[in-house]
Amino acid sequence: MADSQTASLEPITAADGTPLKKKLAQALFRSRVRAVSLVVPLFAFVMASFVIPILALMWQGVYNDRFSSHMPNLTEQLTVWDGLTEPNEKMYEALVADLETARADRTIGRAATRVNQEFPGTRSLFTSTARKAKKLKPPFKESVIKANKKWSNIEVWQAMKITSQDLTPGFYATALDGRYTVDQGFVRQDENRQIYVKLFWRTMLISATVMGLCLLLGYPVAYLLATLPLRASNLLMIMVLLPFWTSLLVRTTAWIAILQSQGVINDLMVFVGITADDARFSLIYNMTGTIIAMTHILLPFMILPLYSVMKTIPPSYMRAARSLGATPTMAFIKVYMPQTIPGIGAGGLLVFILAIGYYITPALVGGQDGQLISNMIAYHMQKSLNWSLAAALGGILLAGVLVLYWAYDKVIGIDNMKLG
Amino acid sequence: MSGLTKKIIAIAGASAFVSGAAMAADLTVVSWGGAYTKSQVEAYHKPWMAKTGKAIVSEDYGGGIAEIKAQVESGNVTWDVVDVELSDAIRACDEGLLEPIDHSILPPAPDGTPATEDFLPGTLHDCAVANIVWSSVYAYDSSKTRNWNKPTTMADFFNTKAYPGKRGMRKSPKVTMEFALIADGVPVSEVYDVLGTEEGVARAFAKLDTIKDDVVWWEAGAQPPQLLADGEVVFSTAWNGRVFNAKNAEGQSFEMVWDGQIYDLDLWVIPKGSKNKEAALDFVAFSTATEQLAAQASWISYGPARASSEARIGTFHSDDSIKMADHMPTAAANFKNALQNDFEFWADNADQLNERFNAWLSK
Repeated sequence: MADSQTASLEPITAADGTPLKKKLAQALFRSRVRAVSLVVPLFAFVMASFVIPILALMWQGVYNDRFSSHMPNLTEQLTVWDGLTEPNEKMYEALVADLETARADRTIGRAATRVNQEFPGTRSLFTSTARKAKKLKPPFKESVIKANKKWSNIEVWQAMKITSQDLTPGFYATALDGRYTVDQGFVRQDENRQIYVKLFWRTMLISATVMGLCLLLGYPVAYLLATLPLRASNLLMIMVLLPFWTSLLVRTTAWIAILQSQGVINDLMVFVGITADDARFSLIYNMTGTIIAMTHILLPFMILPLYSVMKTIPPSYMRAARSLGATPTMAFIKVYMPQTIPGIGAGGLLVFILAIGYYITPALVGGQDGQLISNMIAYHMQKSLNWSLAAALGGILLAGVLVLYWAYDKVIGIDNMKLG
Repeated sequence: MSGLTKKIIAIAGASAFVSGAAMAADLTVVSWGGAYTKSQVEAYHKPWMAKTGKAIVSEDYGGGIAEIKAQVESGNVTWDVVDVELSDAIRACDEGLLEPIDHSILPPAPDGTPATEDFLPGTLHDCAVANIVWSSVYAYDSSKTRNWNKPTTMADFFNTKAYPGKRGMRKSPKVTMEFALIADGVPVSEVYDVLGTEEGVARAFAKLDTIKDDVVWWEAGAQPPQLLADGEVVFSTAWNGRVFNAKNAEGQSFEMVWDGQIYDLDLWVIPKGSKNKEAALDFVAFSTATEQLAAQASWISYGPARASSEARIGTFHSDDSIKMADHMPTAAANFKNALQNDFEFWADNADQLNERFNAWLSK
């Protein structure tokens, strides 16, 4: 009795004499290090290739130092200027000095492009005055205005003041069809230049339509896949997966061949006599084309989650419902469908989020009214080179997706989602 | 479908944004693809490779300076020589994305005229050397029987009563807005003055409104011949060389309407930091020599940028009966009512007009 008590007071030791508690902590630490070191490559990869680029791009949406870095003297002057009084000689002097350096460094175009984004038509004002900058003599205010009288327009200076601020809400304002001005803050853009808000709504609408169509078309297919005998369902599965494995571009191109006005469907319609040869349907290069092609391309993303959920629903539930007196429709609505909601949620969210960022398909078959916001982002990345505006548009899109995700979590619950 | 495939490749390439790392190449030359690139390969690349023993990799792109900008700013320049439009050349040069090109390296004309005098006015720039003059025109397929008189003017393109059916137009305000004003009766000499005013822009959009529902918008140069051949449109604006090629090399019966044509330049530029700058400069000088420019003109109907090349323009490479000089944008019969694209106007107003154009499109 006494022996055992003394033994229990002494710490239990491992074979090498260290206390067991310490040994356990060491072993746990080692396994934790192992686990972490296994995850590190993936974590580093995700950070480097996904998180950091996204943050860097988001940063571009509010930060642009193209003007201040190439026109340092003028930026200094513009910071102290109130933006309303007549520009003074000092500002003109700084302008000439900066134009001269920018011309020599071949960077004048960068600053000019930046101001041109705020105040169209000023690009050549900068480049042409820069060419003459060397010859300009004091007093600079007079000689600069003599070189080009547009410099006497205070709006040019106000635009420069706006662009000289590195941290700016201007791009988000533009992305929401507004404008950021010195004297009035945010104002609405002229009506004939408003486009982005409308495109955001259209993107949401088309994505929702595509999601709805995918659900409508995919649900019965998934049901068949889950309930048919193995041989038949395997064949059906291959038919679902084959297009899924085919290149997106190939499938989009195939739709062009099928839907165009001299295409398969229209030829058939004319042959059968549904429509006249000179009144063929416009099925492509418009919103209809975008919706048809996108629905087809995204269909597997709806079918597969639905299928994986339906596969786990025991058929006996339906039989039980029938045996308790439910009609087939009632049994389906009350018993079967509620069990497929995790699949509907997963498929719907997947299709909707993929559709929101769709770009190549609308670019190819969208025509004029089937373009989405992503086409505008691509345009500003590739053509107008206004990366800050592209970043702002992307930021708004990302925020929209996050809001929808949050709403989904509130209404249905994210834990309730089953991806397969 | 070949036109479409090319477009898809162009879009995929642009979207990937990663220039496919070239194979072991001494020089990477980038151009617009299709019949145009072929003419350059035949007239420039092959003789240059034979002369220097170096290898050229030819890549295609869809225009614009986004890729050049991305390469220069990331410090990984894989393109050595790029064929760009004038407004892009000026803009990229102003932004410091291009190597300056010393005009003294350009060879003189065979009669000894220095290059600076031999090149047509406005074709030599600090960072760019022009190789061709090309033009935007509109075309139709004359093999399809229709109940209308041959169209002859730009106004006919906008006349949907006399010429019903869909029209193909480039999805860009550039050229499109000028065409609208010309069709609306603005003399070519005043187009840019009118377009520079708010009323002028409104007038151009009002004219475009009259055909908006009938327009199929194209983006890649290979599309218009495809749209015409498929019967998808009755008229399409197009680049004259592409139409010529579809007609004479692919046997399509397309006709061009030269009235109101808008001509522009394509120029060679060298991205800043090119790893093969010496070879690139040599290639630019070689390919813009009198003989090479004249040789290119036998492959596609774009006008050479040198005066001394004009006299040497021969016949189409596969058909001796076609005198190429008659098919150039600058040929007297075609040049009666022509407008030169104003690069400065577009450098200033492209952002604004693009925005308004896109807003108008989505209305």
